[in-house]
Amino acid sequence: MSTSIPQTLPSASAEPIAPIATTSTAPRPTRRHYGDRVFKGVLTALALTLPLLLLAIVTELVVSAWPAIHKFGLSFLWRSTWDPVNEVYGAAPMIFGTVVSSLLALVIAVPLSLGVAIFLTEFAPRWIRQPVAFLVELLAAIPSVVYGLWGIYVLIPLLRTYGGPPLRALFGWTPFFSGVFYGNSMLAGGIILAIMIVPYIAAISREVLLAVPTTQREAALGLGATRWEAVWGAVLPYGRAGVIGAVMLGLGRALGETMAVTMVIGNRHDIGLSLFQPGYTMAAAIANEFSEAQTPMYLSALFEVGLVLFVITVGVNAMARLLVWRVARGTAVGSKAL
Amino acid sequence: MSARVTTRRVKSGFFTGVVIVLCFLAVLPLFLIFADLVHKGASSINWDFFVKIPVPAGQAGGGVANAIVGTVIIVALACLIGIPIGIGTGLFLAEYGGGRLGWLVRFLADVMNGTPSIVVGIFAWTWFVKPVHHFSALAGGVGLAVLMVPMLARTTEEMLRLVPHSLREAALALGYPRWRTSLSVMARAALSGIVTGTLVGVARVAGETAPLLFTALGNLNFATNIKEPMQTLSLQIFTYATGPFEDWHRLAWASALVLMTLVLALAVAARWATRKRYGT
Repeated sequence: MSTSIPQTLPSASAEPIAPIATTSTAPRPTRRHYGDRVFKGVLTALALTLPLLLLAIVTELVVSAWPAIHKFGLSFLWRSTWDPVNEVYGAAPMIFGTVVSSLLALVIAVPLSLGVAIFLTEFAPRWIRQPVAFLVELLAAIPSVVYGLWGIYVLIPLLRTYGGPPLRALFGWTPFFSGVFYGNSMLAGGIILAIMIVPYIAAISREVLLAVPTTQREAALGLGATRWEAVWGAVLPYGRAGVIGAVMLGLGRALGETMAVTMVIGNRHDIGLSLFQPGYTMAAAIANEFSEAQTPMYLSALFEVGLVLFVITVGVNAMARLLVWRVARGTAVGSKAL
Repeated sequence: MSARVTTRRVKSGFFTGVVIVLCFLAVLPLFLIFADLVHKGASSINWDFFVKIPVPAGQAGGGVANAIVGTVIIVALACLIGIPIGIGTGLFLAEYGGGRLGWLVRFLADVMNGTPSIVVGIFAWTWFVKPVHHFSALAGGVGLAVLMVPMLARTTEEMLRLVPHSLREAALALGYPRWRTSLSVMARAALSGIVTGTLVGVARVAGETAPLLFTALGNLNFATNIKEPMQTLSLQIFTYATGPFEDWHRLAWASALVLMTLVLALAVAARWATRKRYGT
């Protein structure tokens, strides 16, 4: 298909003139319709792969997880025992760890990403915008496993020396920063995730802010607002729904992230309030235990973990997409009304 | 009143500063990671690193030739499967995507873009490893292709939509059938954008590890048969980084530097392709 492109282009100006002159001849159009029908058929078949693939993934997950679903029912979601020897499985610690590490990542990443987006659209001199945007994009290009490597040998030692002690001194009285800090912890997982999702949230927020009409800023400035007041009072509220969508897409990424988290979070089946404690996530559990799973029930339980993870991330992503789409359509209608 | 104006000005200046600091903090990890990759990885890179296979644990020396070749083979497999489907879906969305099926495919592509790669990994395992009872590079390639398709579909569609509508009208008015308009006028005009999207997609899957854990598995020996387990740089980094030996950690950093260079080369090539197109 792609090889025919260069061959057909040169004739573009010469060949098709003839049929216009001879519009009355019937055979040409029918042959064309034939070609178009084949074209449409092939493309439709290719496009159908995607829904079928998703259907296959869902079916496969449900079928493989069925023994565990059948045996443990809903208690799988809130039981905190994970005991391969006695064949009792509950995913509560992993679900807890996934949610906590992702929320922690959002708490750190949202201000940073908004900082990037606001700086690049509102304050930065023109010449600096493209290079900085490119640097942020590069963060998204770094493979997860490289983040993990860096997390183990650079971030965790840094946290042990410069992060843990001051946090304990300041917040040691709260349950969130109590206990011994060995390094591999929910905190390390959250920070690595935050670094990884910043480029996604920043890129989409930036697009959203760029889409805010200049009149919005001019109106605020014209009313006597300072530049910051214009951004905070006029630009951000206008793009709020889009920014929320961007944050949710970031959340979706964080929930499903595997390698980097597996390498730094500590991988312990435990629920604890302290961010200094090791934790576990659903994706990390699958990565660590899938190849060790000897019994069918163990394997099935891991598939159920995969299914829960899949449902959560797809739900978050679908909501984010619908939100962003609705906003995009809303602004389009609004600008037409003007 | 003027005191109030001054406080507001100061507040504005203060928050401008905050935004600049936040932006700086967001980009900082990039420089830290690159500095560490070069600092800890460059010293272990020599000729042997590229042409030798790993030595038994605990011994010094050895290289990652098998992982480099494996990465290339598995990514090539992923491209072979993923690019036709991805770009075809993108063409469909741009040409016939107005209806209900178009909406569905577009929505599912966006949703699948966020599917955890580990889930794709266990899916590939159930379809391509479990039935034949052995791990294979092919299964890994399929896993990566699944990740590639939605990415390529959406970027291809977006790039085709950037082509001015008048071009399509002109081609149709000249009597071109729709399929030729689509392939030799629209796709041709959007080609550099599509190439960029493809390169970005390839760069992303080249660094993926999670879908390969239970499919390509890894291999200490040199393997070129796609029906056998195969090593990739990403799997190698994971094994070496989490292993107990000092020498492994050194090789992990060096492998990470090589993988990063590869991914960056693709990312920069992608940038360069678009740059040429818009002439900026």
